[in-house]
Amino acid sequence: MLNLIKALLGLDKPLWQQYTLYLYHAIQGDLGLSIVTKKPVIEEFLTLFPATIELTLCAMLFAVTIGLPAGIWAAVKRGTAVDHSVMAVSLTGYSMPIFWWGLLLIIFCSVTLGITPVSGRLSAEYWIDPTTGFMLIDTLLSEEEGAFADALHHLVLPAIVLGTIPLAVIARMTRSSMLEVLREDYVRTARAKGLSPLRVIGVHALRNALIPVITVIGLQLGTMLAGAILTETIFSWPGIGRWLIQSIARRDYPSVQGGILLVASVIITVNLLVDVLYGIINPRIRHTR
Amino acid sequence: MTNNNDNTVPSQAAAGPAAQAAASHAAEVAEAREAEQTSGAPPHPLVDFWHYFSENKGAVMGLFAIIVIVLAAVLADVVAPYAPDEQIRTALLVPPFWAGGTGGYIFGTDDVGRDIFSRIVHGARLSLFVGLLVVTISLAAGIFLGLLAGFFRGWVDVAIMRAMDIMLAIPSLLLAIAIVAILGPSLTNAILAIAIVILPHYVRLTRAAVITEAGKDYVMASRVAGASKMRLMFDTILPNCWAPLIVQATLGFSTAILDAAALGFLGLGAQPPTPEWGSMLADALQFVQRAWWVVTFPGLAILVTVLAFNLMGDGLRDALDPKMKR
Repeated sequence: MLNLIKALLGLDKPLWQQYTLYLYHAIQGDLGLSIVTKKPVIEEFLTLFPATIELTLCAMLFAVTIGLPAGIWAAVKRGTAVDHSVMAVSLTGYSMPIFWWGLLLIIFCSVTLGITPVSGRLSAEYWIDPTTGFMLIDTLLSEEEGAFADALHHLVLPAIVLGTIPLAVIARMTRSSMLEVLREDYVRTARAKGLSPLRVIGVHALRNALIPVITVIGLQLGTMLAGAILTETIFSWPGIGRWLIQSIARRDYPSVQGGILLVASVIITVNLLVDVLYGIINPRIRHTR
Repeated sequence: MTNNNDNTVPSQAAAGPAAQAAASHAAEVAEAREAEQTSGAPPHPLVDFWHYFSENKGAVMGLFAIIVIVLAAVLADVVAPYAPDEQIRTALLVPPFWAGGTGGYIFGTDDVGRDIFSRIVHGARLSLFVGLLVVTISLAAGIFLGLLAGFFRGWVDVAIMRAMDIMLAIPSLLLAIAIVAILGPSLTNAILAIAIVILPHYVRLTRAAVITEAGKDYVMASRVAGASKMRLMFDTILPNCWAPLIVQATLGFSTAILDAAALGFLGLGAQPPTPEWGSMLADALQFVQRAWWVVTFPGLAILVTVLAFNLMGDGLRDALDPKMKR
């Protein structure tokens, strides 16, 4: 019996053969079976991945919609109280232990005020069959009344927590990039032409200042996939991060191994896409080649 | 210049608990200023450094916060009213004194009656120790690898730098979790994992600085004079590469403390009952709904410490980077 299982799992072969076989299968998308659930690792990953993507994208939306205007505002009002407070808040956000930040928000919004749910993706009274895996889309497609609002309620706190560090980074980057651009001759020309300040800042300056910011946003997406591990653990969000931590706790090595390999591949792919995108949005790079 | 030095002295004197260490700085500045006035020679590098550093108020605040934390950590046995693992069975989940608590528990007690303030003070000792160890390990290894890569170039350079690129491609927390998952959860393994994770930054910085310095005339002069490779690397070039490394080491402290706390929180770092800030938070998870103080203070300690090191790192960068000097 023992020998049979050993043979089945390939444990009777020498180590280097086991490793070569693992690589051979991994290239074909077969990362082995989870020790706990006996399901293929890749299958588990794919069912949980949409939850993490949904959380990450919403967190990024939060970070960009607040961080970008804050950075612009700080740059335009350079040296004033506005600038100093934006920079102070962003440095605090950058230093924030997000697992603690999440707990504080739970205490304040969920326990004291009772306006948001403590954990999970959807209240138990709704049952939505996953079609896309994205809860916001699935609840919209379903007939259930109020399910979409409920899903949104569950998403707010985790998105804020996960978006805090990117927000700080984006605000700082936008500010320094805007400061640099605002010194340029073409901005002075635009001002001299008598364009409204809003147009000078919003069109002439911002479009040029955005180039480095977009790079930072892309690179932050990768970092956020790692930050999702902490956020998902706090909010019991059924995504990749919580699954990884649970797998480590259960010593489910194929899941840990495959999960980290897949997350790292996703991050490297995202970073590569950012590099390609950078060439597309910044024509100066293309011409120098 | 003298004007600015005048400004720094009262601000230092006002900083109560940290006054001791600050006073020595103030004396240093005053002394050197006198010397400057009498001789007219260029100011001592340290005076020059303090001038730029003290212009950044945030950095000075960060420095004072760090001095306070270090003092608390060193004097933990005196400062903390209780032992970190002492359980007072009659005082479970007592709130802080201003929220109706009694018995002299400044930040209240946790679910088994341990004084939270005492645990945080002892946690400071642990966190600073983790930071120191991580930075020392990765700085030493990073300088060595960076020197090799920058000095010898060629295939040594390629091999070292490509390995570092691979490590940089994966977010630090994920890589640290992966390493701890392999080695098994414990504080020692967490320290090792974080040290490995932040290594590439030091290697890259050292290599870049070494390449810049290696082409300069003084290195050529030393080479012509017959200095050995080891002497060129460690004695001639390395002392001129310190500035960016000092800044990165300060920021490395904050990364190390934050990541160690994150690993502790996930149960992959320090194990209970060690008074580590992250694992204290993990223990407190179940009391979120009824005892806010169990959750609030350990996290606040992490935030303040990390913020202090980040503020000081920013200030050091401004003070040490010649490009920033006006």
